[in-house]
Amino acid sequence: MSDYRVLPGPEHFLPPAAASMGIRLPNPGEAHINGVIAPEEKAYEEAARQFLMAKVPTIFPGPLVLWAWNEKAAKKATAVRHLFNTLKECVQPGQSPMLIPMPDYRPKYPKINPEVEINPNHPNLTIWHNKIDCCMFIGVHCHQANLSLKIIRGGTSCYTIAMCAQAGHEDAMLSFRDASVDKIMRLAETVKRLKGTVQPRLATAKSGASN
Amino acid sequence: MADIKSIIGTQNKKGQTYTDTWKMMNEAPRTPSFYTGSEVIKEAIRRASCDVMIAYPITPQSEAAALIGELFAEGYIGDYFRGESEFAVMSQCAGAAFGGARVFTTTAGPGTMRAMENFPMWAGARLPIQMIVTCRGINSPLSIQPDTLEIAYLLSTGMLVWHAETAQDFFDWILKGYMVSEEPDVHLPLALCCDGFFVTHTKDVVNLTPADMCLPPYDPYRSPVPCMDMECPPVRMMRDPFVMKSNYISYATHASWQQEIWAAIERSRKHSIHWLNGLIDTENTDADIMIVASGTAVSQGREAIRLLEDEGVRCGLVKVKTLRPWPEEEIREATKNAKHIFVPEFNVTGWLAKEIKATIPNHERVHAGPHVCGGMTMPPEIIVSEIKTTLGMKSFSLAGRGS
Repeated sequence: MSDYRVLPGPEHFLPPAAASMGIRLPNPGEAHINGVIAPEEKAYEEAARQFLMAKVPTIFPGPLVLWAWNEKAAKKATAVRHLFNTLKECVQPGQSPMLIPMPDYRPKYPKINPEVEINPNHPNLTIWHNKIDCCMFIGVHCHQANLSLKIIRGGTSCYTIAMCAQAGHEDAMLSFRDASVDKIMRLAETVKRLKGTVQPRLATAKSGASN
Repeated sequence: MADIKSIIGTQNKKGQTYTDTWKMMNEAPRTPSFYTGSEVIKEAIRRASCDVMIAYPITPQSEAAALIGELFAEGYIGDYFRGESEFAVMSQCAGAAFGGARVFTTTAGPGTMRAMENFPMWAGARLPIQMIVTCRGINSPLSIQPDTLEIAYLLSTGMLVWHAETAQDFFDWILKGYMVSEEPDVHLPLALCCDGFFVTHTKDVVNLTPADMCLPPYDPYRSPVPCMDMECPPVRMMRDPFVMKSNYISYATHASWQQEIWAAIERSRKHSIHWLNGLIDTENTDADIMIVASGTAVSQGREAIRLLEDEGVRCGLVKVKTLRPWPEEEIREATKNAKHIFVPEFNVTGWLAKEIKATIPNHERVHAGPHVCGGMTMPPEIIVSEIKTTLGMKSFSLAGRGS
């Protein structure tokens, strides 16, 4: 097993892809936390704990759930909205959950507006601008998610979670695989269950996830 | 598109049954058939549920392109046409794959080199195209005889690169190759190479799966990048093509993009092991002398081992099946007991020996050779001679064989 661990950065001017450091994706029924394969149950707890600890916990929904291009996508979008609402209900004063879309992957000129969107070609701008210290990707095509996750790990201290509909993401600090409506709802339930049991990082939070 | 699992058991327009690939490859009855390698390619594609095949007809290494034209005429391929050049073919393959088709093509030698610009583009665009490379000489004076030098150029393109030894490998790996390269965490093109003429033009007994079974169709909606379905909203974001504005993205993105391609090759390791039963095959790994080879050099190495056994010299063998992903740990483990490692190759530069030297400890154990190139055959006796000479045993010169 690799000694490398996928941890919040800023890691390096150009951090390696976690897969090239020997990190392997989970099999069905599993997740990974910091690059170590873990039972999915443990990942729900850790993801909820990270959300509840963060000063600006943020969900980044991508095109696969932003557009109602099939019935499943529409249901997932409703579940994501439910997770966000749950997060808002469960955080303490001073914590500011956000829902910022990744509507597309186009390079933007002269630059994106980091208040309203995140873009995989410079995701660090949105993280820095909003001082996001924990985020979850969902509905982002895997290739674009991996680019973003690695750039975020390279240049920010943001904790990253991937709720992936396919095989998962080594470049996130925590990754689920085979994401479904049930899994999103289960994460929301876990956040609700842990409400009030997790100490937010408010006192120690730096200026978001700066470099 | 319907879920793939719901398609299993249904029939395509030719009456073939979409079959679970693991069952088709490992449990279905096999029929021994006496075919050339080119005919075997045709038979594999008959069962591959390919949507599009594009070819440029300057590949005398293989008749596969023409034979697959027959498949199109019979209705087994969705579309089939000739490109204006090898470069055009590979660009057209990209277009078809961008649109969500399962794509197949074949090339060789100078054709591979002419089309080279497309291969890193395929990988960067995450297009799971399968390309058969029936290796031939690439240099001037032109040769249509086998030579594996072009593989050296493919190794750094970001494609998966496998090297088949036999026509049986070819048949099985064409079908299994789609399963690996279409995994969403891999989703890369595959260059499935063989030594032209030796594999493509000689006949061999190949065990074929039933012709009324075929692979499940490709599901482009599992792709890690959006496929170009102009009817469905996720693609409309591509109205400003990425390539047109790539100068507006950060260099960190360009770098991360390349890293992601090589990460995907790493991810293919797990799937390749599953489908190919390991990235290498081994024999006698406790021997002091090992032959490590890929392609038909494996067959010649196997025969050399038999000849050496007759003389009381015990020798082991490593057959390298995948070059990308590179079986680093497997080769290190298989050669850990070896005092001498011989790497016979059908090319002048010895790219496989260089890869192995960069992989194992105490690489002075690696003897890069024997080499032949330009279409020469590699008699097992010259491998025997190389080994015996290194061991200080008397060996007769084979220099007169070519006269």
